[in-house]
Amino acid sequence: MSSKSQDVEALIAQKYRHGFVTDIESDSLPPGLDEGVVAAISRKKHEPQFLLDWRLKAFRHWQTMREPAWAQVHYKPIDYQDISYYSAPRASSDAPKSLDEVDPKLLATYAKLGIPLHERARLAGVAVDAVFDSVSVATTFKEKLAKAGVIFCSFSDAVRNHPKLVEQYLGTVVPTGDNFFAALNSAVFSDGSFVYVPAGVRCPMELSTYFRINAAKTGQFERTLIVAAEGAAVSYLEGCTAPMRDENQLHAAVVELVALDDAQIKYSTVQNWYPGDENGIGGIYNFVTKRGECRGRNSKISWTQVETGSAITWKYPSCVLKGDNSVGEFYSVAVANHYQQADTGTKMIHIGRNTRSTIVSKGISAGRAQNTYRGLVKIAQSAEGARNFTQCDSLLMGGRCAAHTFPYMEVKNPTATVEHEASTSKIGEDQLFYCLQRGISAEDAVNMIVSGFCKVVFKELPMEFAVEAQNLLSVSLEGAVG
Amino acid sequence: MYFWGRELLNIVNLSARVAGKTILNGIDLSVNAGEVHAIMGPNGSGKSTLAQVLAGREDYDVTGGSAKFEGRDLLAMAPEERARAGLFLGFQYPVEIPGVNNVYLLKAALNAKRKAAGEPEVDAYEFLALIKQKMKFMGMSESFLTRGVNEGFSGGEKKRNEILQMLVLEPRLAILDETDSGLDIDALKIVAKGINSLRDPARAIVLVTHYQRLLDYIVPDQVHVLSGGRILKSGDKSLALELENRGYDWVQGSSTA
Repeated sequence: MSSKSQDVEALIAQKYRHGFVTDIESDSLPPGLDEGVVAAISRKKHEPQFLLDWRLKAFRHWQTMREPAWAQVHYKPIDYQDISYYSAPRASSDAPKSLDEVDPKLLATYAKLGIPLHERARLAGVAVDAVFDSVSVATTFKEKLAKAGVIFCSFSDAVRNHPKLVEQYLGTVVPTGDNFFAALNSAVFSDGSFVYVPAGVRCPMELSTYFRINAAKTGQFERTLIVAAEGAAVSYLEGCTAPMRDENQLHAAVVELVALDDAQIKYSTVQNWYPGDENGIGGIYNFVTKRGECRGRNSKISWTQVETGSAITWKYPSCVLKGDNSVGEFYSVAVANHYQQADTGTKMIHIGRNTRSTIVSKGISAGRAQNTYRGLVKIAQSAEGARNFTQCDSLLMGGRCAAHTFPYMEVKNPTATVEHEASTSKIGEDQLFYCLQRGISAEDAVNMIVSGFCKVVFKELPMEFAVEAQNLLSVSLEGAVG
Repeated sequence: MYFWGRELLNIVNLSARVAGKTILNGIDLSVNAGEVHAIMGPNGSGKSTLAQVLAGREDYDVTGGSAKFEGRDLLAMAPEERARAGLFLGFQYPVEIPGVNNVYLLKAALNAKRKAAGEPEVDAYEFLALIKQKMKFMGMSESFLTRGVNEGFSGGEKKRNEILQMLVLEPRLAILDETDSGLDIDALKIVAKGINSLRDPARAIVLVTHYQRLLDYIVPDQVHVLSGGRILKSGDKSLALELENRGYDWVQGSSTA
């Protein structure tokens, strides 16, 4: 009767908007991985001995490990010898000191993505440590941060300029042998971001990094370490887009957060890597280890994520609540469309007394996607009076997708309170028709319904990010009306 | 431009079925600008189906006949096009949309309509002023501004909200599906006041109702009795009163006799 179903087909066929490749000559290592490659990466980056030793330890451990198979995701085996483990923009040896020195092509890439770096930084007052193919090429607002005593730089810079801090905290939350992908990352990580907020300092601006995978067939192994000392507070924003390509790209990042007494870290992510085409060809494999440790009393770590990209997502941002009265939070929106597979969730490990955690997970599935929530709430014997609240909601669009929920709980202290709520709903024909009858297009109606579903999570995002997240959601779900 | 007596809705021999079952069985109906029509009938007679088919619900297969709205082929238009062209359906069971702000939805609806008509969109301030005025008229508290669409509304609040939407959207043709059901007498009066305020020479209203009660407050120009997917009898407002006294069996009996 109407052309709705045709429109839906056309919209579903819509191509990934951020698909393009910047032609910048890469300084890459040939594919393959052995101790020589690990040493070469370390050498290229002029690293101190402790870091080389650390990498080699990780590599040796990794060789004894097997790729995990427990996640609800399916993919062809990855040939780890067919991946190049290092790629840097040409001018990496003499890194630019200001935007004028940055390769104009690179700046053009950001512009295409709708991220005019300098403008954005100036207007929004956000310092941007832009990671492009593993090496930082532009860092802004350093002076203002330096004045406050905040260190915000690329991981390489941190190794050069603050080796003691790096040595003190690196691997203390995610040890080298933590899991297969974390071990791999520890061995070959190329660059990433480092933040240190000294005691009593509230970081004067939100810290933001845009990651972008570029050179073909180069796995990305980012390493991020954020430390908030006693009474410090910082909000960190991470957002990603990637160019279109046919081959699968492996991404295995590690993020470590450390919060000391009374410190707060808020880590927000909008993830929009290439998810593969409508037939499930291509797309990023995203195997990420993110973990924060509330090491001190009354500390707080909050993860907020909006995940719309990647062919495969394997990601469980977690909190280890060691300090008494510490707080962990996880707010997540995970969208899977077409043939995307997402297995994501969180772990809340309660160790300290009166520790509290909140988990709010919103999964949206469309097309033929598989969307899994996997969460662990663990209350140790020592966690007197610990409390957890978990809410997992799934929204299905159409009849060919699936949502799975695996909530695990281990409670070893009888004084703990653990609550779990879960729901699964379908975007109702009734809701859709109601909006259509008010003159609202199917596309806008779906956006509205989905945004409503995700509202509690978006509320946790910094303002500018919330807008971006909402836009991303619209693009990811265009036409996915069941 | 629009004069009393101009035909807004023209339905000829309309048939429709849902899930293979014929519900509408040759409906003929003509509604002119300036008129209020009441469509009455027992449960299962096809009243709601008629409303849904006219609004473009996909679950219903139109198997024959035609429906024209201001001369345009209504059945060829998508539901949202019908809405933007000025056809409003007041739902019998307004749906809840959690997390979506009531005002946000209504503003989007108004702007979709204005955009389609080539008019500029209203901004947030203009809209707020407009909706506050209409809410006052409908005796609604300001908490409606911050609540989700029909989220946690009582039955009466939902119906009132439908009329509020109608007043903001100012449709050319409003089809109100059992807007009176589940209302207490005070709420019924307010809803009727809202509906009556929309009566004007350029518009038409079709009231789908089970009971005569609503028609005490909104006096129709014509009353139709629907049964078995067909209009069995049409008349003026006295027909509704007669139905009230004699029951639907009277019409059904007289048609088969």
